Amino acid sequence: MTITENKTTNVIGTRLLRREDPPLLTGEAKFTNDLNIPGALHLAVLRSPFAHAKIKSINVSAALKIAGVVAVYTGKDLQTTWASPMPCAWPVTTDMKNPAHYPLAIDKVNYVGDGVAAVLATNETASRDALDAIDVEYEALQAVVDLEDALSDKNIIHKDLGTNKSYTWPLLVEETPGCVEEAFKKAKYKVKERYVQQRLIPMAMEPRAIAAVPQPFGGDITLYSATQIPHILKVMTALTLGIPEHQVRVVAPSVGGGFGSKLNVYAEELLCMALARKHNAPVRWVEERSENAQATIQGRGQIQHIELAADEKGKITAVRVRIIGDMGAYLQLVTPGVPILGAFLYAGVYDIPKAYDFSCTSVFTNLTPTDAYRGAGRPEATYAIESAIEALAREMKIDSFELRKRNYIKKEQFPYTAFSGLVYDSGDHLSAAEKAAKLTDIAGVRAQQKKQNVPGATKLLGVGMTSYFEMCGLAPSRVLASLNYSAGGWEAATVRVLPTNKVQVITGTSPHGQGHETSWAMIAAEKLGVAPEDVDVLHSDTAISALGLDTYGSRSLPVGGVAIAMACDKVIEKAKTIAAHQLECAAEDLQFVGGTFSVKGSPDRALPLAAIAFGAFTAHNLPEGCEPNLEAQVSYDPPNFSWPFGTHMCVVEVDTETGAVEILKYIAVDDCGNQINPLIVEGQVHGGVVQGIAQALFEEAVYDSDGNLKTSTLAEYLVPAACDVPPITTAHTTTPSPTNQLGVKGIGEAGTIGAAPTVINAIIDALSSLGVKSMAMPASPQTVWKTIQAARGGKK
Amino acid sequence: MKVSITVNGKEHHSDVEPRTLLVHYIREVLGLTGTNVGCDSSSCGACTIHMNGEAVKSCTILAVQADGAKLTTIEGLAKDGVMHPMQTAFMENHGLQCGYCTPGMVMAAIGLLNENPKPTEEQVRVGLEGNLCRCTGYHNIVKSVLAAAGSK
Repeated sequence: MTITENKTTNVIGTRLLRREDPPLLTGEAKFTNDLNIPGALHLAVLRSPFAHAKIKSINVSAALKIAGVVAVYTGKDLQTTWASPMPCAWPVTTDMKNPAHYPLAIDKVNYVGDGVAAVLATNETASRDALDAIDVEYEALQAVVDLEDALSDKNIIHKDLGTNKSYTWPLLVEETPGCVEEAFKKAKYKVKERYVQQRLIPMAMEPRAIAAVPQPFGGDITLYSATQIPHILKVMTALTLGIPEHQVRVVAPSVGGGFGSKLNVYAEELLCMALARKHNAPVRWVEERSENAQATIQGRGQIQHIELAADEKGKITAVRVRIIGDMGAYLQLVTPGVPILGAFLYAGVYDIPKAYDFSCTSVFTNLTPTDAYRGAGRPEATYAIESAIEALAREMKIDSFELRKRNYIKKEQFPYTAFSGLVYDSGDHLSAAEKAAKLTDIAGVRAQQKKQNVPGATKLLGVGMTSYFEMCGLAPSRVLASLNYSAGGWEAATVRVLPTNKVQVITGTSPHGQGHETSWAMIAAEKLGVAPEDVDVLHSDTAISALGLDTYGSRSLPVGGVAIAMACDKVIEKAKTIAAHQLECAAEDLQFVGGTFSVKGSPDRALPLAAIAFGAFTAHNLPEGCEPNLEAQVSYDPPNFSWPFGTHMCVVEVDTETGAVEILKYIAVDDCGNQINPLIVEGQVHGGVVQGIAQALFEEAVYDSDGNLKTSTLAEYLVPAACDVPPITTAHTTTPSPTNQLGVKGIGEAGTIGAAPTVINAIIDALSSLGVKSMAMPASPQTVWKTIQAARGGKK
Repeated sequence: MKVSITVNGKEHHSDVEPRTLLVHYIREVLGLTGTNVGCDSSSCGACTIHMNGEAVKSCTILAVQADGAKLTTIEGLAKDGVMHPMQTAFMENHGLQCGYCTPGMVMAAIGLLNENPKPTEEQVRVGLEGNLCRCTGYHNIVKSVLAAAGSK
């Protein structure tokens, strides 16, 4: 039964307001640090002020004398507490180097922010006062900060590994051996570009917060955490702490944004749990913002080399990519996999032959570990190909949109088997791009540009575009297996019709701003023919939702949402057998429309779902062998990724005197297949686009040569405010995915993927008459001004 | 130090440490956890409340400085189970996602309209400069405030 056959209530596709909002708007919502936990001890973590140093000694005696301080632990004190080091779930190659990583450093610190000691106190103030009283003697070592420097192995961070190189991951696809090299030899046009993806700090508005609450007898423990991944966290904390998994319950209360930064197993979660068990008391911790900048993962951090070969018409004939990935000091949960998630996308939306040579070498540095940040690998890949195609257009002296048109995978080629063997489910790049061009009024902007960008002008107009393909909806478990990922990519759902025809949906997804309660209720309402307000959605507590793989990688709708639709189908199937029994007809003679079963052709012989739900509860008159109650559970493993796509365009004005960039217009045309709730889809795009604009113009985790983070507060790290960004014009095309019954694709990361190259391409376009061919990110006024000066050869 | 502070119409008499920030007083002493803390540099605005009718960041004020003041927090906006028009406007325009910045954003937005009842879009954007949101890209927040002002 698909939505189109069973279009009964018309809930899907409406702009239903979010049920999540009233508690969040009135202050009733409880974030982790809002929970009232009597008797809790407060954890504070002493962090290394050095990027690389030996710990010579730690003296905690003064800290222990502070009123309220209960205990102080060093890494050595807790060494035997851990059943295993902190987990990395993605050993991308069999010979990947992975240094042992413990919640507190034992004899050496490897980044500024590395945990050195843990204080427990009866109140938060005392715990923080105690940090100042701990005396640590360090022997500073030379820090490795630069990626190319790390690769040289002149100064090795983890001596036991013998190298700073964690792994090299190649993806060479050739129709015939040597054809990539051959294509470059024969190419009429070639470009060779180098891009730097600066490190970014995710900066979810809610810093991390944790409370571990032990049961004094029996050994059970509940972990409350501001996390995206309660289910994964349950498995991983049980393994790392050596606690039987069934004794661990993880709850994610209201979570204030994640963007990948809460997709991890963190030292503080393990410390809170371990110390709560040790002290038989609840232990809680809340992160300060400057701690968040250092001790929560960062994103991006890559040097990219991309080469394109093209024939006389500009048709791309080969792609060669070399990446250096910055892992930071240790491998966190999926750190090494991030560049690999982008590895398949360096040909973007273009139809290329089997001539693709990708390789990523990832290195350790004395910096905060990196991991998934909104888009994870895919924004980086899209930036590289969408910048390189502009370079190719400049080389050919043709319009870059025209060059894209010559290379787009065409609508009629879908489903399209790519060079990599991956199948792109559906797409129509040209329609999305033409729609974006129309909304941008590209002809009008070009005419204005001609008038405005004259010699001597100081306010130059530019247009930029990006056509993207996203590989999301993580993920088919077998594909994950082929990439050496340690877990699967399925999602679980339970749908239960209660005796009074109210519905419970239990999902394994774990929202933190995405509005799943609203959207999942809409899916179940549509399928079951009930009102959305009659559907309750339960999530983010492993005692209620036992199975799940949580929320990241734009997977919640195309995997978790589809699982709910499938569970509804199972409920309807069961209800149908009961209806057939009670109406004394064959199940195949029944139709289910608007929440009612009726005999085809005799509409008066009918039973509403409500009657069947109550009948399944009383169990007085069920068919032979039919179990009481109306519920079904589904674990759904998607057959493919979902492949949203689209084109973004923007118009900028660059002030050549100051280097200031103003975005005059931003157009996002995205295609995520069928939309469950367009209001929520647009919101996801708005937020994603602004995070991409932020990478292009404002944000960078800046380190000095000693590995000190110079942007560790929101006063220094420039998260844009309302006045820094433009309104966003959103539009869409609708190309349903053929791989799931809802026809949906993910939309959480698309905006971020499209925005950064769009903005940078526009700036380069504006400055092209001055000879500017590249622009580093973030394109701050200073960077833009310096680039203009360099292009002018230092002459004004 | 002894303070007397009226919060959401109710007078509280407390003995606070001089270094206690107003936001910690509100959250920990009064248990009003709707006001959030998002930074340690007075940059994010998540802790915005109203003090004597004016929007202020409660992390920049000591509790003792609020002695004798009248405060309104996010919990004090809805009356008899009906949300304030600004709260309704945020809901109707999808002006929030994760909701962490929202209490501060709503309080700042009301403060903005108190000073300028019919702002332009540009004035709303500049007026909310002290409040950061990481989810919405501000598009729908601006829309919400303009809707609440009736000046769409």
